[in-house]
Amino acid sequence: MAAMRTGAQIIWEALVREGVTTVFGYPGGAILPAYDALLEYPVRHVLVRHEQGATHMADGFARASGQVGVAIATSGPGATNMVTGIATAMLDSSPLLCITGQVGSRLIGSDAFQETDVTGVTLPITKHNYLVSDVDEIAPTIHEALYVARSGRPGPVLIDVTKDAQQATTELDWNPRDVKLPGYRPDLRASDAVYRRAARLINGAKRPVILAGHGVLLAGASAQVRELAERADIPIAMTLLGIGGVPARHPLNMGMMGMHGEAWVNAAIQEADLLLALGMRFDDRVTGNVRTYAPNARKIHVDIDPAEFHKNVRVDVALAGDLSAVLDDLGPLVETGDRRAWRTAIADMKGDVAVRDIQNLPDSGHLYAAHVIHDIWRMTGGRAIVVTDVGQHQMWEAQYYHHDEPRTLITSGGLGTMGFALPAAVGAKLARPDAEVWVVAGDGGFQMTMAELATIAQEKIKINVAVINNGYLGMVRQWQEFFYERRYAATPLLSPDFAKLAECFGLRGETVRTRAEVEPAVERARGDERTVVIDFQVEQEDTVYPMVPAGADLHDMIRRPSPAPIVETARDA
Amino acid sequence: MTAGPLRRHTFVVYVEDKPGVLNRVASLFRRRAFNIESLTVGHSETPEASRMTIVVRTDAIGARRLEANLYKLVNVVRVQDITVGPAVFRELAMVKVTATAETRTHVMQLVDVFRARVVDVAPDAVVIETTGTEDKIDGFVEVLRPYGILELVRTGRVGMMRGARSVMIDPDPTEPFAPDPREDDGRSDDADEPGEGDDPNISYSV
Repeated sequence: MAAMRTGAQIIWEALVREGVTTVFGYPGGAILPAYDALLEYPVRHVLVRHEQGATHMADGFARASGQVGVAIATSGPGATNMVTGIATAMLDSSPLLCITGQVGSRLIGSDAFQETDVTGVTLPITKHNYLVSDVDEIAPTIHEALYVARSGRPGPVLIDVTKDAQQATTELDWNPRDVKLPGYRPDLRASDAVYRRAARLINGAKRPVILAGHGVLLAGASAQVRELAERADIPIAMTLLGIGGVPARHPLNMGMMGMHGEAWVNAAIQEADLLLALGMRFDDRVTGNVRTYAPNARKIHVDIDPAEFHKNVRVDVALAGDLSAVLDDLGPLVETGDRRAWRTAIADMKGDVAVRDIQNLPDSGHLYAAHVIHDIWRMTGGRAIVVTDVGQHQMWEAQYYHHDEPRTLITSGGLGTMGFALPAAVGAKLARPDAEVWVVAGDGGFQMTMAELATIAQEKIKINVAVINNGYLGMVRQWQEFFYERRYAATPLLSPDFAKLAECFGLRGETVRTRAEVEPAVERARGDERTVVIDFQVEQEDTVYPMVPAGADLHDMIRRPSPAPIVETARDA
Repeated sequence: MTAGPLRRHTFVVYVEDKPGVLNRVASLFRRRAFNIESLTVGHSETPEASRMTIVVRTDAIGARRLEANLYKLVNVVRVQDITVGPAVFRELAMVKVTATAETRTHVMQLVDVFRARVVDVAPDAVVIETTGTEDKIDGFVEVLRPYGILELVRTGRVGMMRGARSVMIDPDPTEPFAPDPREDDGRSDDADEPGEGDDPNISYSV
């Protein structure tokens, strides 16, 4: 005889049985029954300061671990506060389960207190969502939702549970029925003919480039991509979210492509005769003007989501499937290659890029963000998990922190969500407690969610926070400088003293103004058991180079000025 | 991105019979900026699945992307663009027309010519039901217009592939998830040629 349980108990029981150990949330009226039952179950609940923080934490947890991150909130404002975090996870294919309380089923549609049509609101920004008002549906729905969130192209799934369903009791017979979704096809496989066409194009290519995206990480295909690239001798360019999928130090890895990729990497793409796109979606930030994008290249597109094919760029071969499975089948058809001539040509494209790089110029006494990132990279041995916010510092991180392991850069790519970093880092730290976690945020984005410092203090979480403080909404200011005649509308930014702010949360803070102070400050932060916030007061009107202006041709980049204003000896590289 | 001319594509979509599914489908079209010309939904041969017929104006690549996007909806079971193969399309219309003692005979003659049916008669009006292709109904409506149309309702297109194949059980054997526009053979034109599927002896031109 199965035990009787309330719907609230079933929520936790189902989560625990599915292996969930940590949830991020905020209580409220319609989810109170579930919170009452929480005390009976071995789940770590992290009380956030804003529900957006809960979703970013769950997202950071998911990206650091590969498991589904779970966030919980009440109806109405609790649920709508989650919207930004859900959309962030949707655009970056991050597996998330959001559970929201809903008013009692008899009140639905009556504009009851804290009632919002949450499944309606989140419909276009979730992979799937559910409204559950029957206590018997709670367990199977949680089982199914977790499966949908993590399978195929991962994404956020939301379950809205009415208060009466949480309060009702039923016999819990935990025997999760097989998920029966007749139309859901997470495991596609292309025909052999498609594989043969792809292999023919690869084997015949003289100037191929692999475009490695987030899918490399999501599919756990890093080793296979590297093996394919090495055997066929194909250079690799990464998308922002693809960083870490291939070690930065790998000789075939050229680095990041796109709007703020190195000019020679983009030049290689424009010169290529074949693009092998692996788990990426030809976002406008990586293609520039699609009409002039890689004009001489045949294109092979491998993606688990067929809706991405031909969406932005028309391709010659569309290969649907899980990247790891695809490479298992495609690998043996690809011949060993020696594309020395192409690699030499790419090396020539680099030109004087190294000379222009800020890292190779003499010290001017100014503190530059690139220096800060570079020093953090050097001192952490490139092994930290770095969680960035959105803006200039994000691009500098991508350029100057060299990631060698998958899932060590966590950043909001598709949605570009400011305020993402601090909460996402909390999630990452709880997913990987042994890892050293650094937040790199701007002074703008940090202020959007800095209330989560209180969560960090309450939960005794140890991370390090580098605020790249230039007194501007820097990326917007840069666009104003380039494209709006330096009319700085609403970009100068007055900030609190971040070091003092950290102190008043019971954390530690310090302020760094010169290059010489960077290393000791980073060292102190690493040695402190508390979370440390370092306010790096950097050059105010610094610019992220190189840059492809939005919609411009990929080869038409704004290069770094030469000679650049700063310096640094090459000895510490 | 665009590829080739815009054409009218007809999709047959089987969806799980669950609350909110129509909203999910309609929302997808809106979000991806596809313009629905008509959408009908009702029961199918399978109790747990509803069948939609959706008509969209798009190009060949758009049609395939739409199909792939429809499949991303968890409750969508089967999608087929039946525009490319031989298929039968029909629409039902009801027209309420003024029919006085003087005009009633003329109206009834038109009903006969178009093989329509009178389903309600009042002293000064009739309700006529007609079934056929959009062209036939367009034509019928035009000839009735001079008599005074009081109300008109059209169901929108429903469609079915010709032959024994079933969309649900025996779908199109091509790889729906690996669209290749270069294999486009140009057959994806609107199969709704004038008079298609109708009595060849009747002309509907007006």
